[in-house]
Amino acid sequence: MSEPLIKTVHLKKYFETSRGLLHAVDDVNISIFPGRTLGVVGESGCGKSTLGRLLLRLIEPTSGQIFFEGEDIVQYGGIKLRDLRKKMQIIFQDPYSSLDPRMTVSEIISEPLIVTKTVTGKKAIAEETARLMEVVGLAERLVNAYPHELDGGRRQRIGVARALAVKPKFIVCDEPVSALDVSIQAQILNLLMDLQRDMGLTYMFITHDLSVVKHISHDIVVMYLGQNVEIASSSELFRKPLHPYTQALLASIPLPKVNRGKIKRDVIRGELSSPIDPKPGCRFAPRCPEKRDDCVGQDIPLIEYSPNHFVSCVKYM
Amino acid sequence: MVAKELLRVEDLYVMYKTDMEEVHAVNGISFTIREQETLGLVGETGAGKTSTALAILRLLPDRTGRIPSGNIWFQGKNILEMDHEELRRLRGGDIAMIFQDPMTSLNPVIPVGQQIAEALLLHNEEGLTREQIEDRVDEILELVGIPSSRKNEYPHQFSGGMKQRVVIAIALSCNPRLLIADEPTTALDVTIQAQVLALINELKEKLKTAVLMITHDLGIIAETCDKVAVMYAGEIIEYGTVEDIFEADKHHPYTIGLFGAIPKIHEETDRLEQIEGLMPDPTDLPPGCKFHPRCKHCMPVCREKEPPVFQEGDHLLKCHLFGNSSGCERNGTSCLSL
Repeated sequence: MSEPLIKTVHLKKYFETSRGLLHAVDDVNISIFPGRTLGVVGESGCGKSTLGRLLLRLIEPTSGQIFFEGEDIVQYGGIKLRDLRKKMQIIFQDPYSSLDPRMTVSEIISEPLIVTKTVTGKKAIAEETARLMEVVGLAERLVNAYPHELDGGRRQRIGVARALAVKPKFIVCDEPVSALDVSIQAQILNLLMDLQRDMGLTYMFITHDLSVVKHISHDIVVMYLGQNVEIASSSELFRKPLHPYTQALLASIPLPKVNRGKIKRDVIRGELSSPIDPKPGCRFAPRCPEKRDDCVGQDIPLIEYSPNHFVSCVKYM
Repeated sequence: MVAKELLRVEDLYVMYKTDMEEVHAVNGISFTIREQETLGLVGETGAGKTSTALAILRLLPDRTGRIPSGNIWFQGKNILEMDHEELRRLRGGDIAMIFQDPMTSLNPVIPVGQQIAEALLLHNEEGLTREQIEDRVDEILELVGIPSSRKNEYPHQFSGGMKQRVVIAIALSCNPRLLIADEPTTALDVTIQAQVLALINELKEKLKTAVLMITHDLGIIAETCDKVAVMYAGEIIEYGTVEDIFEADKHHPYTIGLFGAIPKIHEETDRLEQIEGLMPDPTDLPPGCKFHPRCKHCMPVCREKEPPVFQEGDHLLKCHLFGNSSGCERNGTSCLSL
């Protein structure tokens, strides 16, 4: 396989709180290959958004390395960082709060063009803005509309166009469809997949929705309380989930199929424990139906159980 | 044996009226819920699901919300004709509601135990003493899986899933005949959602409560409901048993669109079926079938005439494609079996 576009090595981000260190991202090692989509899935508070922001250098890591096209970007600053920003973009979750309400559609989409000087000259900027709007499926007549005049789906299309403006290689999609209705969600997912096919984009797709992540991702990393507990290709993960947490997640999805007699699903008990100063050992252990004595006390490494299928669980050591 | 009818909604309209505009939220829907039955109301944002629920409890906003016509019969009495006192007994007593967001539906400055006791005190028809009420609070907390030792804690000390359990405890404290659950798990994580759904399923068996489950998630419908009503632009466009909705071969084009739009967990799909366009503006609904601007099978008749209801057993479909409605032959297209 080719070289990964993005790679993290022992990436950590701890936040200081009055009660101790919050381990938001704790020793995460992932690789994303060009033209592919890495899905990051986990429940709220598992550190998936923090991971996305770390990759974009929107927040500084506590320790670890981030390689982009083979270069460690953690130390980047000044002009180098600014140039890097053109290659990486983000699409946010909430299309209602991520757009400036006082800017028109064309102003929002052309702003990155002007700031980064990707395109210069009034006419060229207007042309490029029109092209971007067409690419994401926004009607030309909306060029002077304000975000509040548009519905969630169209607003999210603006978010996509804005991210595409600087011709990035890599886009972090942070729950881009969670705030949308299913019929609109399908439109945006199809758009993102078409863009990837046509422009060779690389995505990191953050979501809590397992059916969405399966649909759009080539590879998936499952996170639990700041750690990556399982990494595999999308089809492999759904065919053969190894980690008890992944299995529990998959069992928790309500399926749109009639199931008379309603088989009781194995519902996992308990809730997320605190990410503040966690003790060494598996963080899922308190909820795990297969907990053993050796789950706690030592950190569980991520091992390659079968080719390209990584898991961190004592069962497989 | 057919269970007794509990709630019957007849040709209900809900409208929000401001100086500027009239929003037609619910446009002539009818359905019944029998004792111990679970009816799912499924649809997207703005379909009128929540307005229906609020109308049943007469909780529509005072100034703007109107019910221009319709009847809501509950155990033989018309809710729309009840006076204040009767409504007070009904709300939280015979019909209880769980709201979507557990973070905002609890009072942050009152311990959770007291919030449950409040419901019991207000509906204290059996004349329970203070101690008996406390015992009942403990009992109901344990029932929803919260240790009763935590009853003196405040909402912020609980996680989202636990708060929703408290809300469920309040709703069930007075043994309601009907529980209205408005997106009860939308704000929760998937493993917590599974816990809460399992809890609702378990409790409705135990307490023999009927449930009106409002959700946009077809998976939740399949797991909890007996009957399903699919709503679009304030109308029920398809109604039937879960089997009818999930397995029958005839469906409303919107229902098919909804199913096509969800990514499947156990199948490989390259591209999602998308429903083109948007929900119609409820202040300016299209004539004829409200779905026609987005429908793949739109015929001339759809633009003019409101579709009749086609019935097959319990399965109701509101679409010109079905039955002997004149639309099919007139346009020379055969009635599609969808």
